[in-house]
Amino acid sequence: MDQYVIGVIVSNVSGVLSRVSGMFTRRGFNIDSLTVGETESSSFSRITIAFHGDEYLKDRILLQLRKLHDVREVEVLDRHETVVRELLLIKIRNTPQSRQDIMTAVEIFRSKIVDYSPTALVCELTGETSKIDAFIELLKPYGIMEMCRTGLVAIERGENCLKTIK
Amino acid sequence: MFISGAKIVVETLVEQGCDTVFGYPGGQVINLFDELYLNRDRINHVLAAHEQGAAHAADGYARATGKTGVVIATSGPGATNLVTGIATAFLDSVPMVAITGNVPCDLIGRDSFQEVDIVGVTMPITKHNFIVKNVCELADTIRMAFKIAKSGRPGPVLVDIPKDVQIAKCEFEAQAQPVIPYPVIFAGDDDLKKAAEMIEAAERPYIYFGGGVISGRASSEITALAEKIDAPMGCTLMGLSAVPSDNPRFLGMQGMHGHYASSIAEDESDLVIALGARFSDRATGDKKRFNRNFRIIHIDIDGAELRKNIPADLSINGDIKDAVERLCAVVKEKKHPQWHKRIEELKAEEQRRIESARNCGFKKECTNCMHPCYNTGIPAKDRLDPYDIVDIVSAHAGDSIVVTDVGQHQMWAAQRYPLKTPRTFLTSGGLGTMGFGMGAAVGAAAATGKRSLLFTGDGSFGMNLNELATSVSQELPLVIVIMNNGVLGMVRQWQTLFFGKHYSNTTLDRKTDFVKLAEAFGAKGVRVSTKDELDKAAAEAFSYNGTYLIDCLVDCNEFVLPMLPPGGSIDDIITEIK
Repeated sequence: MDQYVIGVIVSNVSGVLSRVSGMFTRRGFNIDSLTVGETESSSFSRITIAFHGDEYLKDRILLQLRKLHDVREVEVLDRHETVVRELLLIKIRNTPQSRQDIMTAVEIFRSKIVDYSPTALVCELTGETSKIDAFIELLKPYGIMEMCRTGLVAIERGENCLKTIK
Repeated sequence: MFISGAKIVVETLVEQGCDTVFGYPGGQVINLFDELYLNRDRINHVLAAHEQGAAHAADGYARATGKTGVVIATSGPGATNLVTGIATAFLDSVPMVAITGNVPCDLIGRDSFQEVDIVGVTMPITKHNFIVKNVCELADTIRMAFKIAKSGRPGPVLVDIPKDVQIAKCEFEAQAQPVIPYPVIFAGDDDLKKAAEMIEAAERPYIYFGGGVISGRASSEITALAEKIDAPMGCTLMGLSAVPSDNPRFLGMQGMHGHYASSIAEDESDLVIALGARFSDRATGDKKRFNRNFRIIHIDIDGAELRKNIPADLSINGDIKDAVERLCAVVKEKKHPQWHKRIEELKAEEQRRIESARNCGFKKECTNCMHPCYNTGIPAKDRLDPYDIVDIVSAHAGDSIVVTDVGQHQMWAAQRYPLKTPRTFLTSGGLGTMGFGMGAAVGAAAATGKRSLLFTGDGSFGMNLNELATSVSQELPLVIVIMNNGVLGMVRQWQTLFFGKHYSNTTLDRKTDFVKLAEAFGAKGVRVSTKDELDKAAAEAFSYNGTYLIDCLVDCNEFVLPMLPPGGSIDDIITEIK
């Protein structure tokens, strides 16, 4: 099963996220991640959805999304022609024994320490999912206190754009 | 005009061509009902007994006419009572606009009295829904609701209007015309050419059509196509009435309780041309074995239905009327005498099996049943069987609009009733809503001025019989035929066949006297148990100016046959119970 990443342009109105996520629940489609935010136009939001599935499932999802009144544009993003990123914020226990190891990991992964206290530190990391996964795996032994990741956002390279609506 | 939101609703409904609405008043729609009162010469409001009945009535109005049905209910319980009606319309692609009141905007989210998030509740059972919080957006929102409801594949749309928005005023200007639906998708020329090639190569083509043919007004186009390519036709439950039952090419409904001839013919065909149908599980049975023998051309207005349930060899997205008309123009005329001969054999075999099943020895006295039909002293052979009821009633019914509830009586009517014109068989196919019938019959009669003929069962009728009050007070011509077998027959049939005759909660040991009940509501009622009695009652019923109930006693061992067991295929067809 492949992972698909789709970009969805929706009207920026209340309830739109419920409609989109509700469609997935109702049809029994599973989502890996779903992110949403405003676009350059305040009238539209952009939702990025990642899911695992076959060609049949991908088609079903695209067709059902296109039936939603608030959905303006839906496209599968070609993984080779798309920049895909995720943001991680992770809080790790800060001890004299682990501090140096964590610093090294942060440096190698080009992460950033965005908060530091005598007992805890918060790292920020941007990258593709596999990089984020590897970083989390590496930090596990030092005691992850909490973490959150945004899920995927994705945009096509070059001139290609998702939206056709002005 | 600088007018209130409530008045805007009424003005917009008039502008959209709405002549009748169905509903029930309440605290959060009192302003709207005030405007309905003031405008009662412009819009007829039919007061139902229950909001569910009102929703089914709006649905029946839409099914009978093709126009968008409108239902109005108050917030909270009024709104939630619409839910089954909206879902029924959604599953059968019926255009409907549901308008609900809600608590004022500043009380939303505080669990106020009779507050419910009806937009959240109905999200998965509407094409789209709205809550209007600004009176200036109200008119355009209602217009958009009508546009969405009737565009493409039709369906229900809900508009929730908080009370303060009904009170607030803004400038309103009526539009000269109702909204125009979104542009139709047309099938591609290449696809139609491919379809024509597949049809020309086929030796045993078979046309399978669904409700899309009725909503797409394509009856004459598919009949013409069937003529030109010399193909038999069968349909889904929702497709019934699109083609006259007496068309010699028409083999009837297929599927779980479909006709023997149509079901076998489809299985033996080498090409199925599916038009405005969606291959529901009730229509196909086991999907793995369903299309083992034939290729499929699938044409539908809703692209999401293509390849959803059954993978077709050629899927075409487009308006059905246009697609079939153009397909008919490009396809070469064909004759299939061998295939035709086989179809005639199947028809004859079907007749033989029907007679055999009607006379089989399975029907015998049911000893553990307290049903009145066993206390009448009438020998089993003289009792009415379900097909007798349909035959006798239909002989008197003229151009009545046939409505059904859900269960055995629905299938018997679907199999047997001679239908002539589209939109004369209204039934809950997708959702299978027991209790649909009374509301829908009221809506159809109110919409068309014609008589509604409701086939129902003692189970289904019990669910919404309160709408008798509506049909009586509205003085609607309505004939109600209850196939009263004292049991929940469809479930009981499964219990007989698949659950070791464990009749769990399907024996209705009720003492309801439907004749007295009808009289109590101000309708006329009569109980019949023989053919002669029914014939006499039907003659009277169809000349009676009002609501007339005929309580027909039916043996509880009558089964709906043929039957494909759940998950079974045509190989497992049951045509007789031994």
